Amino acid sequence: MRRWLPFDIGRRGFLGAGLLAAGGAALSARSASGETSHPAGHGLAMTVDGNAPPVLAHRAAHGAMITVGDVDNARNGFDPTAILTDWDTGTLSTLPDGRRLRTFEVTAEDKEIEIAPGVFFPAWTYNGRVPGPSLRAMEGERLRIVFRNDASHPHSMHFHGIHSGRMDGVAGSPGLIGPGEEFTYEFDAKPFGCHLYHCHALPLARHMHKGMYGLFVIDPDPARHPSLADVARSRLHGTLENAQWQELAMVMNAFDTTFDGENEFYACNTIAHVYAKTPIRIVKNRPVRIYLVNVTEFDPINSFHLHANFFDYYDQGTTLTPTLKTVDLIMQCQAQRGILEFTFAEHEPGLYMFHAHQAEFTELGWMGMFDVVEVES
Amino acid sequence: MNEHLATRGVEADAVPVSAPRGLVLLWVLVPLAVLAAAIWWLISANPLARFDNGAPPVENLTVERTVLDQSGLRLLVRAGGSEPMTIAQVQVDAGYWEFTQTPAGSIARGDTAWVSIPFPWVLGEAHLVNFVTNTGATFEHAIPVAVATPVATSGNLVSQAILGAFVGILPVAVGLMFYPALRGAGPSLMDFLLAMTIGLLGFLVVDTLEDAFEFAGEASAIFQGQAMVVLAAAASFLLLTAISRRQGRPSGLALATYIAFGIGLHNLGEGLAIGAAFAAGAAGLGTFLVIGFTLHNITEGIGIAAPILKVRPPLWTFAGLALLAGGPAVVGMWIGSLAYAPQWSALALAIGAGAILQVIVEVGALLMRERGGGSATLWSPPVLAGVFVGVGFMYATAMLVKI
Repeated sequence: MRRWLPFDIGRRGFLGAGLLAAGGAALSARSASGETSHPAGHGLAMTVDGNAPPVLAHRAAHGAMITVGDVDNARNGFDPTAILTDWDTGTLSTLPDGRRLRTFEVTAEDKEIEIAPGVFFPAWTYNGRVPGPSLRAMEGERLRIVFRNDASHPHSMHFHGIHSGRMDGVAGSPGLIGPGEEFTYEFDAKPFGCHLYHCHALPLARHMHKGMYGLFVIDPDPARHPSLADVARSRLHGTLENAQWQELAMVMNAFDTTFDGENEFYACNTIAHVYAKTPIRIVKNRPVRIYLVNVTEFDPINSFHLHANFFDYYDQGTTLTPTLKTVDLIMQCQAQRGILEFTFAEHEPGLYMFHAHQAEFTELGWMGMFDVVEVES
Repeated sequence: MNEHLATRGVEADAVPVSAPRGLVLLWVLVPLAVLAAAIWWLISANPLARFDNGAPPVENLTVERTVLDQSGLRLLVRAGGSEPMTIAQVQVDAGYWEFTQTPAGSIARGDTAWVSIPFPWVLGEAHLVNFVTNTGATFEHAIPVAVATPVATSGNLVSQAILGAFVGILPVAVGLMFYPALRGAGPSLMDFLLAMTIGLLGFLVVDTLEDAFEFAGEASAIFQGQAMVVLAAAASFLLLTAISRRQGRPSGLALATYIAFGIGLHNLGEGLAIGAAFAAGAAGLGTFLVIGFTLHNITEGIGIAAPILKVRPPLWTFAGLALLAGGPAVVGMWIGSLAYAPQWSALALAIGAGAILQVIVEVGALLMRERGGGSATLWSPPVLAGVFVGVGFMYATAMLVKI
């Protein structure tokens, strides 16, 4: 075919060179109006079908730039709003020597999940959900994690924590088990902080991005931190002080549905745009604490940006004083994690956005809203 | 002898025809019934179940038309998967956008649907649309330069018609205007001119096929573009040859008309390309290019004039020939600028290639006939020179328009 484009796509500088004298000039006069007729950027408030449906809250903020429809949580077997707060604290018992023993049960299984409205992904899961259960324990407890592999490939649980090499879950260690096998990891809960676990079978990238990861939070024991006992108590799940906080588990992840090494969907807790369409309810006068981990594969970093507010940040959560004070943006490489603390006490109620501040991630699904309300309802 | 054979043949044929019709019908129905039973068994018993290895269905999606207007993007997509496929989400420039699909729901194999996206496209810039299906497969469609898709207003049609006339009708008319000067041509010059016509048509058939294959490559796989081009070209060659030889081998005005028809179909393709360039945002079509095209196409007029140098057709036939050869450029431009589907362009060009091939054969036959020298005529110096000049001129002037 004749090359009528007088330039390569990659060399657009040539555009606008000599317009045709004979006939075509009239055309360009018409097309010039194409751009200006659209309202710019985020505020694009266009109704798709022209029927002027009631404007949803998220539509005011994103217009038409969002995925279409909703994910069937019942079919997936997990609800991303519930995932924010459904900590798995296992079962507690006492060892002969008087120490506390906490036992978790985790099963690996293959499962097709709906990661964005209408888009199905052949995931590998812990307990049938992505991210896997958010395990929570207290510093100093003895932990037993009974891991069963009901999936089609070898898998493991590799915990970020302090433990022996036998309990590390890497290839060559007993914790990496084949289909139908079972293994019990056992170690002490230390150090306190916001950690994660993930499958360490090879190839690692495939096992990560197929969905095998989850939060592993070890709360500080107030008795071991007398100088900051109040802070430690506020972090310790189940205490009165901790109940004041609105704690949220957030896993920044992404899915490469075409298996070409580039992600098609980005999200917080798997489902693209879910917290944009179903904002997270925040009671204004109670502080917020987010346990945040990045497990995004294929992209070097991910980030978290809070709108209209600033937060204190505890990198890896292993300290009781912030490692970063008064920031509105942090970035994390893969497996990096931390704790964010902030409050909306001085704010007026309303919708407050949060998202990765890589605009590409945001527009491919990783963005959400806090719905700050006056009182609990 | 022949008569005898023919008679026997008729008698032999007559036997089965006079056999009971019901029996014939039965033997048509039996194989069809076997086929129906086999399909029924395939569907009901599902013996292929063991081939189901859990792999996702093969999916294919082709964008056939792209329309950019005030309300955003509209794309006509054709599904070509092994099963009906569902567009779950649509990205534009690596961001998800709401979209509407008409008709909604999954798209059956071979069916089309319009996808509308309220995307604020930017004039003169590139955009990339990416369809994500329910299995997570993606199908990209590039918009190299975003400009509003021309709509068929009288103003647009007129300006495109003027451009089409410049690249199609004008050069053919100019070529035909050499007619009086060439009338006194001697045998050698006649041979040269007819051979030059063969040369330029030879260039055009290659050029047209090349375009046809390129369009065919853009079309949905279910159209089997490459095979379609070859078969359509062959069919058009055979049909046109059969039609043209109903009253003996074509010569004179009839041959000129067939040449004009073949060139016209080629110019339709040229019009499609220019129109498509408008739709794709190539507003940088320069005056230089148009002049190049005009020069390139002048020989087409001389080629049409060559077979009628020794007859005296009425004046209006010249106007008719110029319109037949050049007019399709205008039509092609109209169709092309309105964002057509590539398989139809490929089909039109393939028919054109067949038509051009037909006139090459007929002009060659005319050359051999006129001189009575048989195939030896084809290797005479004037003929060889004519072919080389024809191809050479077309190739050289094509340099003006190839980018």
